[in-house]
Amino acid sequence: MPFIPHTEDDIREMLAVIGVDSIEDLFDEIPAELRCGELQGIPEGLSEIEINRLMQTRAKEDGQPLCFIGAGAYDHHIPAAVWQLASRGEFYTAYTPYQAEASQGTLQLLYEFQSMMTALTGMDVSNTSLYDGASALAEAILMAARANRKSKSKRILVPRSLHPTYRKVVDAIVRNQKIELVEVPFDAVSGQTDLSALEGHAGEDFAALVIPQPNFFGVLEPVDEMTDWAHANGMLAIAVVNPVALAVLKPPGEWGGKGVVAPDALSPATPPHPCGADICCGEGQPLGAPLASGGPYFGFLCSTQKLVRQMPGRIIGRTLDLDGKTGYTLTLQAREQHIRRSKATSNICTNQGLVVTAATIHMALLGAEGLERIAAACHANTQKLSQALTGLHGVEAVFTGAVFHEKVLRLPIDAKDALKLLAAHNVLGGYDLSQDYPELGNAVLVCATELRNEDDIESYRSKLERVIQAQVQTPCQLKPDW
Amino acid sequence: MLIYEQSHTGRRAAAQAPQEKAELSSIPESLRRLRPAELPEVSEMQAVRHYTRLSQKNFSIDTHFYPLGSCTMKYNPRAGNSLASLPGVLARHPHAPETHSQGFLACLFDLQEILKEVTGMHAVSLTPAAGAQGEFAGVAMIRAYHDARGDEQRTEILVPDAAHGTNPASAVMCGYSVREIPTGSDGDIDVEALKKVLGPQTAGIMLTNPSTVGVFERRIKEIARLVHEAGGLLYYDGANLNAILGKVRPGDMGFDVIHMNLHKTFSTPHGGGGPGAGPVGVSQRLEPYLPIPMVDFDGHDYRWLTEADRPHSIGRLSAFAGNAGVLLRAYVYARMLGRDGMHRVSEFSTLNANYLLKRLMEAGFDAAYPERRASHEFILTLKRQAKELGVNTMDFAKRLLDFGVHAPTTYFPLLVPECLLIEPTETEAKEELDGFIEIMQTIQKEAESEPEQVKQAPHSLPVKRLDDVRAARELDLTCVK
Repeated sequence: MPFIPHTEDDIREMLAVIGVDSIEDLFDEIPAELRCGELQGIPEGLSEIEINRLMQTRAKEDGQPLCFIGAGAYDHHIPAAVWQLASRGEFYTAYTPYQAEASQGTLQLLYEFQSMMTALTGMDVSNTSLYDGASALAEAILMAARANRKSKSKRILVPRSLHPTYRKVVDAIVRNQKIELVEVPFDAVSGQTDLSALEGHAGEDFAALVIPQPNFFGVLEPVDEMTDWAHANGMLAIAVVNPVALAVLKPPGEWGGKGVVAPDALSPATPPHPCGADICCGEGQPLGAPLASGGPYFGFLCSTQKLVRQMPGRIIGRTLDLDGKTGYTLTLQAREQHIRRSKATSNICTNQGLVVTAATIHMALLGAEGLERIAAACHANTQKLSQALTGLHGVEAVFTGAVFHEKVLRLPIDAKDALKLLAAHNVLGGYDLSQDYPELGNAVLVCATELRNEDDIESYRSKLERVIQAQVQTPCQLKPDW
Repeated sequence: MLIYEQSHTGRRAAAQAPQEKAELSSIPESLRRLRPAELPEVSEMQAVRHYTRLSQKNFSIDTHFYPLGSCTMKYNPRAGNSLASLPGVLARHPHAPETHSQGFLACLFDLQEILKEVTGMHAVSLTPAAGAQGEFAGVAMIRAYHDARGDEQRTEILVPDAAHGTNPASAVMCGYSVREIPTGSDGDIDVEALKKVLGPQTAGIMLTNPSTVGVFERRIKEIARLVHEAGGLLYYDGANLNAILGKVRPGDMGFDVIHMNLHKTFSTPHGGGGPGAGPVGVSQRLEPYLPIPMVDFDGHDYRWLTEADRPHSIGRLSAFAGNAGVLLRAYVYARMLGRDGMHRVSEFSTLNANYLLKRLMEAGFDAAYPERRASHEFILTLKRQAKELGVNTMDFAKRLLDFGVHAPTTYFPLLVPECLLIEPTETEAKEELDGFIEIMQTIQKEAESEPEQVKQAPHSLPVKRLDDVRAARELDLTCVK
């Protein structure tokens, strides 16, 4: 029997010990009228040989097109060692480290993860993950609404330049707690959050301002001004960041404080947070998780020390054992559902531990220098892609704002049709913005990570050129006939 | 030693990053990082050796018996991992068009169908990322249902006092207040107490069946009738689905909404704390509210169902489609089990639990519910040992670690004093169970003759008992200051 080791002798001996005649007798407390018959809708079992064939066929069916889509999930190189180590049975098949003495491997690794995330974000503390970037933002907003005691309202300012699906997810998760999201428009020229529109909310009662960096358009937001504005108006500042971008961008823990913080002000003698975001969250996928159809990824959540008791999710602390030896353990558990039940900071229990394991190994292997090179290569490749495509007749950049590794381009033809035709020629040409941002016209969001080279970019350029030509000549025809 | 303590300035695992550093000149100085993040600087081999050694400090299913009650720590077949890690599967972008996703969508659609059949529910959405997110989705659907009917007086969710902490926490996240229902001395819900609290304010009840005390809720049909008559809905917490797979289905018991923990029942790895997957299934009346995206099949093509198809949905719970890689592992497992394998899961997990319970009782241990049949798990109470020998459940749990067994769940559910919740699962062989019984007897003898040996345990692990009070008082959560 697959995955069941019992022999006929085992079964006989065990039933005799229990004192029943058959396994069926063990279900005698279930009312007979509730018992189900044969599950006809479930196919016969497959051997490993058969399931291999099925899954390989299906994987082959989907192909491996050349990917220029980002939009919240990025195609990065993952060092070979990362998943070879994370897939070791000792990591892969352990569970939440409730028994600390038998889980020091996972616990120490998670403490190292927390350390790396505080280093990357410039925040004081980190938890050990939430489900993904979008649900992490929802938790960050709930956390801010609890923590901001000065604010009477449960209203949150959310830029329209934030990932549209994040805005939907946040709404789905916080709606029932009567938290209201108020949208802040973006500047049609720069693609940044419209600061004058923000200023229109000055003096109003909001619990927090969400600040994406970069925003969904890839554009870099004026984070110092936005953080200072939030604080000046009694709001908490919630950063939503790409962790790879943080290798080259100012960490949220240093945002604000009236502009650029001078390098000498960062000496250990001064407080680490002259100002800074209060909460920082984001999608951890770029740190070692494969694209894999959208998950499992992980959400990260960091904050100032002051807010640590409002944090959801597991937190690991370093402590001592009976002999005074260093060890690691789950701490501040009184925030969590298994202790506090209905008064917990969140309902989260199972998190994304294994992906965090991979991310920790990923960061250790790459270090700050490696992450910086990756970030810079993505930035440069996207610039190259943008230059190549805007060289085509009718293709133009939509925004003037500086970008990290994504760019919004406007096409001279229907964006949806163009992407369909490109896909038929094995190029995933970007994310169609026309659904979420109809005001931008035929706009697509493109991304070229460090894995795309000049040949790839040229391949995209030449195919787009032909698609545009074909569409301009016979706009109704959607068949890729070349 | 931390990876940070092995760091040397200027050292790095150079092969994994681009060989050259590109220009960042188009990013304004004011937005740039002024000094590098303080990440470890180590060679590739140092990192590999460090994390290999750390892994060896863990107990896991692959290395140890892990009878952690309520968590279903069964063997995770390796085929799931290797097939969910096929190059094309890992490379697929979540926004890849449907033309390039038919194989992937076929797996998800098939899994939806399998889960519908095995739970007896009308429709399934796979998107919740873990059990607790499934609970959130389920309660949010209950709320959406009442709201759509203008039935806004329903403000209360009922949960048994033995429920998982996630149940009340999820109800609160959906804006409900929580009222607890007591458990009777036989382990079933106190139906008389339930009757007293049901009313026009009742939005629903959240139940686990078999319950968290490890027995089947025998009056479930009556409970379902009472809750429905009061206008409330029934929520099934799938934590213990392993116990009834292919024997009895939540849909047939009268539940309106359920979540499944695929990392338990469908044997995807627990990963040191996750990722899991918590699909939700619903009866017909809740179908419009299921979270999106879902997968549809018209007999020819598979496609995503999104906002446009499902306007009444409670919405999206993650940026993409949940933990896709976990869903694929569960799908592989379900296909390998097939029709006959499903009921074998509940049969052999129940056989193992009842055998273990019987033998432990014969060895002198006290069952919390000795008159009841165990489900796939059962509870021992060490109240007597604690009182007579001064050796409590925590001491037994820690001493088990010395013998190479991961401790069962301790001190849960809260209503049984000094309890151990033991779930052996179907994948353990008889000799493993016999070994566990011998170890428990050995610890009992030690508790009688040299109690300090048990109270000071563990002795043989990387650390001894840790100072949790110090950990919480002198918070040390990062080595980067």
